[in-house]
Amino acid sequence: MGRRGVLRAAAGPAPVATPRDRTGVVRTVLRSPVGATSAVLLCLLVALAVFAPLLWGDRAAAIDTDALQQGPSPAHLLGTDQLGRDIFFRVLVATRLTIGLALLATVIGVAAGLVLGSAPSVLPRWAGRVVTSAVNIAVAFPGLLLALFFAVIFGTGTIGAVLAIAFAITPSFARLTQTLTASVAGRDFIAAARVCGVGRFRLLTRHVLPNIAEPLVINSTLAAGSALTAFAGLSFLGIGVQAPSYDWGRLLGEGLNRIYLSPAPALGPAVAVVVAGLAFNLFGEAAASAAGRRPQPVRRTPPAPESIVDDSGGGLLTVRNLRVTFPGGISPVRGVSFTVHEGEMIGVVGESGSGKSLTALAVSRLVEHPGEVTADRLEFDGRPLAATPDRELGTKLAMVFQDPMTSFNPTRRIGRQLAEVSEVHQGMSRRDALAKAVDRLRAVRIPEPERRAGQYPHEFSGGMRQRAMIAMGLMGEPRLVIADEPTTALDVTVQREVLRLLARIRAERTAGVLLISHDITVVAQTCDRVLVMYAGRIVEELPTAELFTAARHPYTTALLAAVPDLDTDRDAPLAVIPGRPPEPGEIGPGCPFAPRCPLAGDRCRTEEPELTAMADGHRVACWRSESELTLAATGGPR
Amino acid sequence: MSELRFDAVSVRYGHHLAVDDVSLTVPSGQVVGLVGESGSGKSTLAATAVGLVPATAGRVLVDGAENHLRKVQMVFQDPYSSLDPRMSIGGSIAEAMPRGTDRRAEVARLLELVNLDPGRATALPSRLSGGQRQRVALARALAGRPEVVIADEITSALDVSVQGAVLNLVRDLQRQLGLSMLFISHNLAVVRYVSDRIAVMKSGRIVEEGPAERVLAAPEHPYTRELLAAAPRRHTRLEAS
Ligand SMILES: Nc1ncnc2c1ncn2[C@@H]1O[C@H](COP(=O)(O)OP(=O)(O)OP(=O)(O)O)[C@@H](O)[C@H]1O
Ligand code: SF4
Ligand SMILES: [Mg+2]
Repeated sequence: MGRRGVLRAAAGPAPVATPRDRTGVVRTVLRSPVGATSAVLLCLLVALAVFAPLLWGDRAAAIDTDALQQGPSPAHLLGTDQLGRDIFFRVLVATRLTIGLALLATVIGVAAGLVLGSAPSVLPRWAGRVVTSAVNIAVAFPGLLLALFFAVIFGTGTIGAVLAIAFAITPSFARLTQTLTASVAGRDFIAAARVCGVGRFRLLTRHVLPNIAEPLVINSTLAAGSALTAFAGLSFLGIGVQAPSYDWGRLLGEGLNRIYLSPAPALGPAVAVVVAGLAFNLFGEAAASAAGRRPQPVRRTPPAPESIVDDSGGGLLTVRNLRVTFPGGISPVRGVSFTVHEGEMIGVVGESGSGKSLTALAVSRLVEHPGEVTADRLEFDGRPLAATPDRELGTKLAMVFQDPMTSFNPTRRIGRQLAEVSEVHQGMSRRDALAKAVDRLRAVRIPEPERRAGQYPHEFSGGMRQRAMIAMGLMGEPRLVIADEPTTALDVTVQREVLRLLARIRAERTAGVLLISHDITVVAQTCDRVLVMYAGRIVEELPTAELFTAARHPYTTALLAAVPDLDTDRDAPLAVIPGRPPEPGEIGPGCPFAPRCPLAGDRCRTEEPELTAMADGHRVACWRSESELTLAATGGPR
Repeated sequence: MSELRFDAVSVRYGHHLAVDDVSLTVPSGQVVGLVGESGSGKSTLAATAVGLVPATAGRVLVDGAENHLRKVQMVFQDPYSSLDPRMSIGGSIAEAMPRGTDRRAEVARLLELVNLDPGRATALPSRLSGGQRQRVALARALAGRPEVVIADEITSALDVSVQGAVLNLVRDLQRQLGLSMLFISHNLAVVRYVSDRIAVMKSGRIVEEGPAERVLAAPEHPYTRELLAAAPRRHTRLEAS
């Protein structure tokens, strides 16, 4: 996590969609009713803009002195104007000019915004600052006011109005570009490209802009909607399109003069403006909400058999047949059962994607919609978890997360964020809470805790952030601490401190600890029992004391062999596990480890083994017999 | 190949001295492992070598010369954020190449070198696993034909099962190409496995440096001894102090 410490200064993590999402966005938009309707409307508008002047241009221009200022009739659906021209056809024909001018203004405005917004990243630093402050000032003015201001400067007329609206859009786009650029600029791939010698301009065009294109396009669509209505406003006021040209705003203005005689000539263009403006806005909104959502994989897996488990129960945390399911039948956690007793430290190991974190989240009631948690039993401190009030859970169960950068709010001081926990859950005063926060930071060995408490998350190195996260978990009086990869990025000395800290919490408070790690040596050092997870299930459970001697599951023994330690032979290549673990959607029938397992047989590919007791406190899910496994683990090829 | 030398380098962030007068040499064709506690300034030191962070004082020299753009390349910790999600992996690798290279052939050669199918050059990073991404990052670092490679915690974001494969690859490539390498890691066992020499950093300073066997067998600085004692070993248990 240290990478974030040095190179990622102010920019907080902003949602930058991955490319896989891009086609997904279009599809999701079209699937939502609002998105589909607005898309159809937009297509219609474009078709009108292209074809209406060709088809009806003559009829819209035809002067008929016999039918001046008529009301609606079958011959003239919206009536006629003072020269007897058909208003219905004039509205249709005006689509081209109206939409065209709105889009032109948007394109100019967005382009100017892009240039201003990205200029600071290519200009020398002082020039960049000047641009940034200018944009900040301009953003403070309401857009319409800016438009009127520019309209006065550029004078009345089409060109003036286009520029006025364009420049009214510019500041907010410049600001948006700046924010998005900053969020991308902090990522490692930008640093990597710089190290490769990629110049600033190419950095901008090849790396930054493609990664912010999606939100920019969505916002441009929204801006086009506003440009359209704003333009109609200017034309309506007489400072936009000038006769003999006409757009909807102008038609609206002409119609309004005699609205008391006949409302139709004004209503027609008004409806057109509203519908078109809505179409742009709704489409933009639908796209924005689709981009914010992750596409859901759709694949069904056959429900796997459930674990049969001894029902001793009576622990601090009792979990039986826990499953976490996402729409589409994806189950990343498939029937997990274990017990954590008071004062006990349990380790969970397994590769990424094996369901460790999701199990922890389910136990903390933090699985978010649309994930669904089911279990035969899920009890914490003698009570069903579902019946424990939030407030109580907030203090009794502490969760230390994997990624401390996203767990802290980047804009607030560390000390305050810790103190808030005690203010909210224990009703402490601000001052006491802050004092406690400093104390807890000291407890996790943050040097100069008073000074560090006043710093922001980005000023901490990765390791310190992780410790601060643990300190946050200790602000309450936890009965159970769930620590998800708390030591992944730490060096050994700090790692030892953190582990000791956890060990102390469990000893002093007889709290239970559930320690999740992909590093089996970390777990081996501290825990009483180890749960080895693979593909959403526990494949082996055994006392840590026996881990290096009695582990039997082929996956566990392979994991143990793959970790270098201080006694590893430096001249031989490290042992590796071939292949990769299956994605939750790829789990078929049979043992999920079979494709990588040296002992796999026919049965392994068709039937999934249950977790069954091999010895006291030792459970293994494997079809091979104990003697076969023992032979492979001790005498077989490593 | 060439020698990388930090000559009395210091880096200051405001009042905080992140790197304090560090002199360290990575001899030609050798691997120097850099270990140290979190916040000790390892990453900051690495960043000065590739120009991401300017040194407040001191110089970074490659074969005695200060201008070494592209001669030093770096592989980052997190393969999920170090590749542009919108750029094909072939594109990312090609970008690092000097002008006038036959890009397509070179991309294929490098992918082959890091044991990836050259046919995947057009794939986006999202299609690759963490270990595969880290191989791409390695290929990109090699594309610039560097004389020195800096690896900053390149295995700590990876699963143990993948970590071994990446370490094997790094070792093979280093030997095959005779690269000089600064290998940063908080994991002493990993550093021990790849390094010829080991440097230990604490509070912005190098407190001990020497041949790997010597440092591990007869550590001189108390902090090095502490590090060794704390390193996870298979058969030691940690008790609550
Ligand atoms: N942008 C910054 N502003 C202020 N201080 C910083 C900044 N970046 C890093 N630091 C400080 O510099 C020191 C060294 O940080 P660095 O990330 O180089 O350490 P590290 O050894 O790589 O740590 P880790 O093992 O956690 O990755 C830390 O004390 C950190 O707080
Ligand atoms: S059940 Fe078969 S495939 Fe699965 S771990 Fe056992 S031997 Fe290997
Ligand atoms: Mg670091």
